[in-house]
Amino acid sequence: MSNNIDLKRGLDIPVAGLADPVVAKRVVSDRIAVQPCNFKGLLPRLLVREGDSVAAGSPVLADKKNPDIIVTSPVSGTVVEIIRGDKRKLLAVVIEPDEKQKHMDFDTSAGFSDADTVKKTLLASGLWTAIVQRPYGIIADPATKPKAIFVSTFSTAPLAPDTSFTLGGEKDAMQMGLNALSTLTDGKVHVCVNDGDSPFAGFSGVETHVVRGKHPAGNVGVQISHIDPITKGDTVWTINPTLVCAIGRLFKTGKLNLWRKIAVCGPAAIEPSYIEALPGTPMKSLKGFYGADTKDVRIISGDILSGATTGEDGFTGFFDTQVTIIREGHDEELFGWLRPFRFNQYSADRTYFNWCLGWLMPGRRYNMDTNLHGGPRAFVMNDSHYARVLPMDIYPLYLFKACLAGDIEKMERFGIYEVLPEDLALCEYIDPSKNNIQSIINDGIELMLKEMA
Amino acid sequence: MNKIFEKGGKLYWLHSTADAFQTFLAVPGTVTGRGAHVRDAVDLKRIMIIAVISVVPALLFGIWNTGYQHSLAIGATPLFWEDVWYGLLKIIPLYLVSYVVGLAIEFASSQIRGEEVNEGYLMTGMLIPLIVPADVPLWMLAIAVAFSVIFVKEVFGGTGMNFLNPALFTRAFLFFSYPNDMSGSQSWISLRKDEALIDGATGATPLSFTTDGFDALQSAGAQYGTGFWDFFFGAIPGSVGETCVIAILLGAFILIWTGVASWKIMLSSVAGALLVGGLANLAGASDIPCHYHLVMGGFAFGTVFMATDPVTSAQTEAGKWIYGFLIGAICVTVRLFNPGYAEGMMLAILLGNCFAPLIDHCVISVHLNRKSRKSKLA
Repeated sequence: MSNNIDLKRGLDIPVAGLADPVVAKRVVSDRIAVQPCNFKGLLPRLLVREGDSVAAGSPVLADKKNPDIIVTSPVSGTVVEIIRGDKRKLLAVVIEPDEKQKHMDFDTSAGFSDADTVKKTLLASGLWTAIVQRPYGIIADPATKPKAIFVSTFSTAPLAPDTSFTLGGEKDAMQMGLNALSTLTDGKVHVCVNDGDSPFAGFSGVETHVVRGKHPAGNVGVQISHIDPITKGDTVWTINPTLVCAIGRLFKTGKLNLWRKIAVCGPAAIEPSYIEALPGTPMKSLKGFYGADTKDVRIISGDILSGATTGEDGFTGFFDTQVTIIREGHDEELFGWLRPFRFNQYSADRTYFNWCLGWLMPGRRYNMDTNLHGGPRAFVMNDSHYARVLPMDIYPLYLFKACLAGDIEKMERFGIYEVLPEDLALCEYIDPSKNNIQSIINDGIELMLKEMA
Repeated sequence: MNKIFEKGGKLYWLHSTADAFQTFLAVPGTVTGRGAHVRDAVDLKRIMIIAVISVVPALLFGIWNTGYQHSLAIGATPLFWEDVWYGLLKIIPLYLVSYVVGLAIEFASSQIRGEEVNEGYLMTGMLIPLIVPADVPLWMLAIAVAFSVIFVKEVFGGTGMNFLNPALFTRAFLFFSYPNDMSGSQSWISLRKDEALIDGATGATPLSFTTDGFDALQSAGAQYGTGFWDFFFGAIPGSVGETCVIAILLGAFILIWTGVASWKIMLSSVAGALLVGGLANLAGASDIPCHYHLVMGGFAFGTVFMATDPVTSAQTEAGKWIYGFLIGAICVTVRLFNPGYAEGMMLAILLGNCFAPLIDHCVISVHLNRKSRKSKLA
């Protein structure tokens, strides 16, 4: 069964640097990092010490609140460094891979007979951490049964990798992963595709939805709000398609295999294309994509709206399948906002005339940088200005203000359960008042977590 | 920025001002920190400058019309450039007062709050001289501007936090504090000190005759035309910028085309005015054809430039329809049934501003209740 959802609101930011659909290389790095900060809600307890050797799939970190939840190493090798930040906050466990990879063997002979065995296997392999629980976008709680599980098989984020290229050949693994996931819920597993002809449209045992529209149509949060909205007391789980494949591979082979295709893209990327790499691959091993001068580029694990700045010394994230390289916009622009036309800058606002330019030069992409293009102000534009890019049934400005005020009741009323910061990233992008809306939402979510605990 | 303006520098107490001038000239090289790594090229400066440009046609017409009305009233032959010169001499001081007083307060309060200067006053300062009589004493204007900027905007936290339109409040302040200079038959035509109206000329705006019926309205202007198209063209006495509907429509076109202001508010305000005016025609309460209300007094100017202020108008789409309709309807109601005070638009919009949060609250409550009922059924 397939349902169609057509979303009118949204915005595709025409940023240059789309990755060519070819795999440039398989990056075998001499360092792989396990980063606890990738997992929201994880209170990490270190299980290894410098010098310990680990196999692919052996535990590196455990959650202090729920020791069943562990984070495992994607490679076999030796722990060479434990990186800590301010107040000794654990940032990364760096593992030097062995020449010859050893894998932990997980018993998957029981198949998908019942939820408990599936759960046990996922927890032991560390792939449990791939499941994100909403509301709040935290690691799923193994003790709960979610109302439904959602998988968005495509991303509409700027320069996002094309999943039919990255995962199109792994349909079997994905079907297997979906079978495993469907044991975990009494409700449905919803799979969203962007086209009826998508390679991911024909999975069995799931409900397929065709969602068409501009960004954020591919965000699973937006899809949930149109399929089965989250209300107070609901729990749903989401998981990204790359990790569904990893789960499928786990059940097929009994081994943890996190290799994935990562798009290295962005206006400052040299010959943007795809690589094959593990999560936690150091950005330094992607040097060929950003050149020698790193002073003026920003390296982001993820997309330009919600990704994390890692810098040259950082690593790719556990959930990310995209590395974006973009120029830092330190230049002043004389009479910038006063010029009648600013054809080299993109604006979705009609006060610039790029929307006319769109008719003349369709498909034009802009060489964007990280300039803020203004200064911080109070919110001036009204709610519907932000709602233009948010295809969800909520009032965004009211939600921002409720979060700023820390008013729990109002946050609940205006839909804090339905959103994650990434869903409102476009509101932040178009905001002429240059507020950090994703931080505002994130602070709201942190407050909810604290108060609801 | 220059070191002396930075924290600890000698001129730190001027940092907001320095920043305002610097960012006026060039978009700063600030890069994004938290959140989205790229941002849209638009900022509030751009939105405000578009709003300011949209008012320019009304301003230019107002400059000429101030001189033209003066010539008519003293019985001189109107000469285009002389009228423009007269108008300029009258209106430039109004702008000086409006911007100097308003911006000084704005800069000072930004400094106190330690924030960058918000561009909102560029638009407010542009509007204020256009909604007052050209002959308003400058000290009165200065007091009104100061009061309104401080007590309507800054005490709430500056632009974006205010709930009343500061430009309109300036006019309301003048109206209630100095009624003799703001209403009646003398104030709407600009005169030099020793000049007087010639016999037969009238200084009253046509609006003063709305409660007296259509015949009185038609014979209102001894020296100016009183047909529908005369009002539409706008060569009639009134506040500086409010008379020419053509110029205002041009502004409305710019605002709607660039998406700065909401066409929904404008349209529903017109609908509200037509409905009340039409009902009054049907009920026999007034014989002024309802479409006259659209071209008389401050209705058009208020609808296009004041009611659509994104900060003080309704926030939700459904709320905008209700809000606009309410303003149009109240405006005409006041005009028709209040003999003492002809111009309903100012108070209609201020009342609309006060009701906007309530309208939004109701719209959102209805919507959220329906949504939760739907999700319970599902």
